[in-house]
Amino acid sequence: MIRSLPNSPLYKISYRIYIAIFFLFLVMPLITIAVLAFNDSNFVALPWRGFTLDWFFANTDSRVGLFADDDLLQSIWTSVQTAFYMSILSTVIGTIAALLFEEEKFRFKGLLYFFAIAPLVIPGVILGISILISSTFVGSYLENRFGINADFFSPGFWLVVLGQFSFGATYVLLIVGARLKKFDRTLEEAALSLKATRLQSIWYITIPFLKPAIINAFVVSFLISFSNFNTTIFLVGSDPTLPVDLYSRIKFSSTPVLNAVSFVIVLFITLVAIINLFVNRKK
Amino acid sequence: MHKGNRVTFYILIVPVLLWLVLLIILPHIDLFISSFQVQNDAGDSVFSLDNYKAFFDDKIYWLTFLNTLAYAIGVTFLTFLVAFPVAFFLTKVVSRKYASFLTLLLLIPLWVGELVTIYGWMIILGDHGIINEFLKYIGVIDKPIHLLYTDLSMIIGLLYMSVLFMIVPIMSTLESLDDSLIEAASDLGASKWAIFTKIVIPYSMPGITSGSIIVFMLVIGDYVAPDILGGKSSLWFTEQIYNDFLSTFNWNEGAAFGFLLLIISSVIVWVALKLSGQKLERVGQ
Repeated sequence: MIRSLPNSPLYKISYRIYIAIFFLFLVMPLITIAVLAFNDSNFVALPWRGFTLDWFFANTDSRVGLFADDDLLQSIWTSVQTAFYMSILSTVIGTIAALLFEEEKFRFKGLLYFFAIAPLVIPGVILGISILISSTFVGSYLENRFGINADFFSPGFWLVVLGQFSFGATYVLLIVGARLKKFDRTLEEAALSLKATRLQSIWYITIPFLKPAIINAFVVSFLISFSNFNTTIFLVGSDPTLPVDLYSRIKFSSTPVLNAVSFVIVLFITLVAIINLFVNRKK
Repeated sequence: MHKGNRVTFYILIVPVLLWLVLLIILPHIDLFISSFQVQNDAGDSVFSLDNYKAFFDDKIYWLTFLNTLAYAIGVTFLTFLVAFPVAFFLTKVVSRKYASFLTLLLLIPLWVGELVTIYGWMIILGDHGIINEFLKYIGVIDKPIHLLYTDLSMIIGLLYMSVLFMIVPIMSTLESLDDSLIEAASDLGASKWAIFTKIVIPYSMPGITSGSIIVFMLVIGDYVAPDILGGKSSLWFTEQIYNDFLSTFNWNEGAAFGFLLLIISSVIVWVALKLSGQKLERVGQ
């Protein structure tokens, strides 16, 4: 049953078969995409018609590969930029929130904390539509009342960044907050008794201690942003992010270039995961 | 309080208040207000209950709502059944060396993103997909079985994208379960079934609750899997909200539907927390 207990061979084998099937279930879509990205066919599915790199490099009338598809490259770039700004914003505010909730005492702290972690259980679509409604409201108010052209408040790049940040900061708060719980408070007290200000002790003592968690939180925010669809779709303007672009292509015009771009994403994520594994093992 | 401490306090609380008030609290208040408004002929917003009336009058809306709710509960339970043996395997059975590798493997589909993995399932389940071609190849069938665009394919997609969120919380509670408890029960002659139902599952209840809440919310709020993998008959409530916002531009009705979704899911989460005696804070850990 557990490592230290003996088991009947039948139990052991059937358990292992179940686990094997589960992991097959897990990797099957990834492997399917990876293999079919190299299929010499104009359709996304089987049958296999031989190996080709067309879906990466071709630029002909019938086939446009990933690296020749300017729209697709543009949406990847939009996603990278969105994820970059969103992660910086989420990491900074999320870390500040972690310091606030772990180290300060104030009225309504419980209520405020409730709102800070609520995005964890609010469906992404609800966050998307409520931010869309309120920003449109503010935008049209500014325009009607003061004649200010408020592009910032209409769907577009910065609204997507803000919308994703609204729940990204929650994840940072949880990751950094968990590490802060292990922090030895006497270190801060020592700094304070040596005449450091509160801010100095946070900056020179607490933040360096939190650094691994902060880096981790940044990476997590980046990945969350890069793959987000549910909130983004409502806030996106004329420049789609990659998931939004993929969605409309899957619905309306799927070619194997979708397999190619998905394969690149899978490859990239797997590399990040392997690096992460080795880095953690060294520690 | 020391003067410098007060300044630090304000430096910390102002950005957090801006985040929560401007991006969480006010938008939800606006959603609430907007759901009680309609555009009159002059294009002005006026108070009305029509959006909610539409929900209760039109059978398709509340049927979809109930359908989504029932599926979300069913998928959550299914996810638990699939996830529990995996979580137990990774924490208690397999050697630690493989456990970290397998846990990493679990995370890859999550970071790859729902859209890509759901697209993968679309290829696997299609009429010319892996499963049909394989069955044809070994001669079990000669015409493809219709798998894609059915409730089955939708359930597979929902299970796939949410199973990790059940495994991880269960693993984190099982990690603190002392192996000697299981050994003691086993030495005293308890059957495997008894050990699972009397020790392991009760012990991992906090993890199961967290996992179930997160999975339920993910499934009920999901759009990609029902829309891409589900058939025309697979009614999903978020699809109504998407239609209101992105195709028919009836934002007020969409706001009402969104608010209903938020209310019912909050109630279910609240009931789950009460029944299990857990706090929302714990769900995130």
